[in-house]
Amino acid sequence: MRESLTATADLVRFALRRDRVKLPIWVGAIGLGMLYAVSVLPTVYKTPEERQVRARLMDSPSATMMSGPGYGLDDYTLGAMITNEMVLWLAVPAAMMSVFLVVRHTRAEEETGRAELIRSAVVGRHAAPVAALIVALIANAGIAVLTTLAMLSGDLAVTDSVAVGIGIGLTGLVFAGVATVTAQLTEHARAASSMAMAVVGGAFLLRAIGDAAEPGGSLVSWLSPLAWIQQMRPFVELRWWPMLLSVAVTGLTVGGAYALSGRRDVGAGLVPPRLGRADAAPSLSTPFALAFRQQRVALVGWSIGLFIFAVATGSLSGSVTEAAAESPEMTKIFAANGQEPTDGFFARMALFFALMIAAFAITSVLRLRSEERTGHAEAVLATAVSRRRWISSWLGFTTAASAFLLLVSGLGVGLGAVSGGSGAGVIGEVLLATIAYLPPVVVVIGLTAALFGLRPGVAVWAWLLIVYAFFFGMFGALLELPDVVADLSPFNHLTVMPLDRIEALPLILLAAIAAALLMIGRTTFERRDLDVP
Amino acid sequence: MTAALEINQLQKSFGQVKALDGLDLVVRPGQVAGFLGPNGAGKSTTIRVLLGLLRADSGYVEVLGLHPWDDAVELHRRLAYVPGDVNLWPNLTGGEAIDLLCRLRGGADPARKAELLERFELDPTKKGRTYSKGNRQKVALVAALAANVELLVLDEPTSGLDPLMETVFQQCIAEAKAAGRSVLLSSHILAEVEKLCDTVTIIRSGRAVQAGTLAELRHLTRTTITATVDAAPGRLAALPGVHDLRLTDDVVTFDVDHDQLAPVVQALGALGVRSLNSAPPSLEQLFLRQYGDELVAEEVSA
Repeated sequence: MRESLTATADLVRFALRRDRVKLPIWVGAIGLGMLYAVSVLPTVYKTPEERQVRARLMDSPSATMMSGPGYGLDDYTLGAMITNEMVLWLAVPAAMMSVFLVVRHTRAEEETGRAELIRSAVVGRHAAPVAALIVALIANAGIAVLTTLAMLSGDLAVTDSVAVGIGIGLTGLVFAGVATVTAQLTEHARAASSMAMAVVGGAFLLRAIGDAAEPGGSLVSWLSPLAWIQQMRPFVELRWWPMLLSVAVTGLTVGGAYALSGRRDVGAGLVPPRLGRADAAPSLSTPFALAFRQQRVALVGWSIGLFIFAVATGSLSGSVTEAAAESPEMTKIFAANGQEPTDGFFARMALFFALMIAAFAITSVLRLRSEERTGHAEAVLATAVSRRRWISSWLGFTTAASAFLLLVSGLGVGLGAVSGGSGAGVIGEVLLATIAYLPPVVVVIGLTAALFGLRPGVAVWAWLLIVYAFFFGMFGALLELPDVVADLSPFNHLTVMPLDRIEALPLILLAAIAAALLMIGRTTFERRDLDVP
Repeated sequence: MTAALEINQLQKSFGQVKALDGLDLVVRPGQVAGFLGPNGAGKSTTIRVLLGLLRADSGYVEVLGLHPWDDAVELHRRLAYVPGDVNLWPNLTGGEAIDLLCRLRGGADPARKAELLERFELDPTKKGRTYSKGNRQKVALVAALAANVELLVLDEPTSGLDPLMETVFQQCIAEAKAAGRSVLLSSHILAEVEKLCDTVTIIRSGRAVQAGTLAELRHLTRTTITATVDAAPGRLAALPGVHDLRLTDDVVTFDVDHDQLAPVVQALGALGVRSLNSAPPSLEQLFLRQYGDELVAEEVSA
């Protein structure tokens, strides 16, 4: 056993060195998320009465699905609020970070053949997976410490804050364990992280269903590792023992991975890869078809995810409107432009989904970059496909896919609203309001394309625009910032509800800006050297 | 049309790094041209300029009578390319990638694809990410060889192939030549170039240092002679043009410059020759001579 761990410490240092940028960003962002909640929530909900209004809003199945089981709704303190509403949204990123981290340092290394190089040196059989787990432990410990400190900065109870911090960290570790198992099953890093992420998704769904079934959670909730922190009931009636479940599952998964790893060769998986078709379908004969084929799975996943999310949020519309009538701060958020609260809510949701879809659009345009770096673009551009046709196909696909996703989201919110008691007419209204956000989404596509054309290395900076737009779009009204600052976001120029508030001029201007940016992207790409591997 | 491909004084820099520094290269129609050079000499850069993927800083480039940057699409319809490092789409099968590339070029021939798949013993149903390096190479080769084009541009096409598959590849190139196609074959497998190519260009540090037919290049270098002689061969070493003379018992081995061959053979005859073996210089020696100079120069500058 001792020999099989030779050089583990060196590999840990090596992994930390390789992740010296990635991990601090993940850990820091999760810590900041908690700090943000701790500092902003008290300014929005100043009095116990306002918090009780919020608690009533949380006391519906659809709200429970997106937050927590609802302990402490009777006396909704800041701590109870954070545990009920924020913790899930910090534990999920911790789980994602852990999955990517473990797969990156185990299966991805084997797939690229780098693991062979390492294992042929004086390195023990189990050193690499153990090192990956130690790094995951370090990162999740960092998250535990930062989130705890963030809560303490808001003068929350020390013991309960520590419990929440450790709980988030342990949830991350559970999924690190899950990823070590999936990394044994398949030969491919992407498949291994997809499987582990499917487990995260399944855990999310189980907790949502379980918690929605009964106030405080039902038996189904307990099947989900994401439910266990909230079941510790911090800031209400703290109990530590659900934490043991996390520890036990981490131990079991790691043990299982250990047993599985003994049954396979370096580089091999336990699930044999599937074969595909020998000839391409007749449709696979254009760059557009290739772009669609590359993004097909992602597009289906986004459609399903956004639709479910849209229906869930749409069904909240009734209770939000009621709550807004009682809280001046809520009115400020949802009726910022002198709208009816219901209209304000739908407008907010349209903006929210447009921002999510803009994120999809960026990942889709950035695929141009990875196609170029891997040499796939070289292979295509050495055939009778012009650069203009190649980049236009990708951008055209991205625009069409974004429009489709806007449609799916708008339809989902509308259907959800109808299920929550609104009249059927709302479906068409919400649908149009959501689709009105296509021009700003295309501005984001154009900006990413222009960066890709001008300096491919900086294309990823397009994400900053989304972060900016998200921040000011969602919270700008609360921060009372000068208009100029918020107007830099292309999403800040539309008032989409009620529909007769939609103005033609901003839409036309945004469309013109989008067209100009797309043109810049295309011509600069046509004129520069291909960045070949 | 005089040349399938012509490059004159081509310059290309990446920032401070000068990748190509006045390169000349010609491929005549219907010929197989070898393009030899050590790693980093600029072979792949040259090929990417020929394909219009990189833009030349200066110099003249014409491929099949077209300008590769301005007429890229028209040109690519008439040529096929195999990159040096083939990277397939992970979620497409090999068969799908072959079909896609053929269709994007403007025409696919299913019968030709099936024949090549069989000859290269390639399973087209596996996903791109599951192929070994050699099999990825085969996918790109099948996609290129299945095309009915005038020019094949091949960047180290046999790297990763086993010797059996190299033979198949050589047959395919011979067939392409018989069908009147021109081929530019970059390689550092010298035996392959020697077997396949009509002309050879050796490049180093972005410049052609030797170019011509194999016969012409051999003329520039030395023949190796091994002989069993009666008399002591000491005086041979003193003759001009004789190099590296070694004696084992009564067997003498030495290299001789081509222009000094006649007097050396006369002198050898006077020694009483019992057996004689003369070998033409291999491309390997040509290559090593070029490369060796570089090593010497490096030592001097160091």
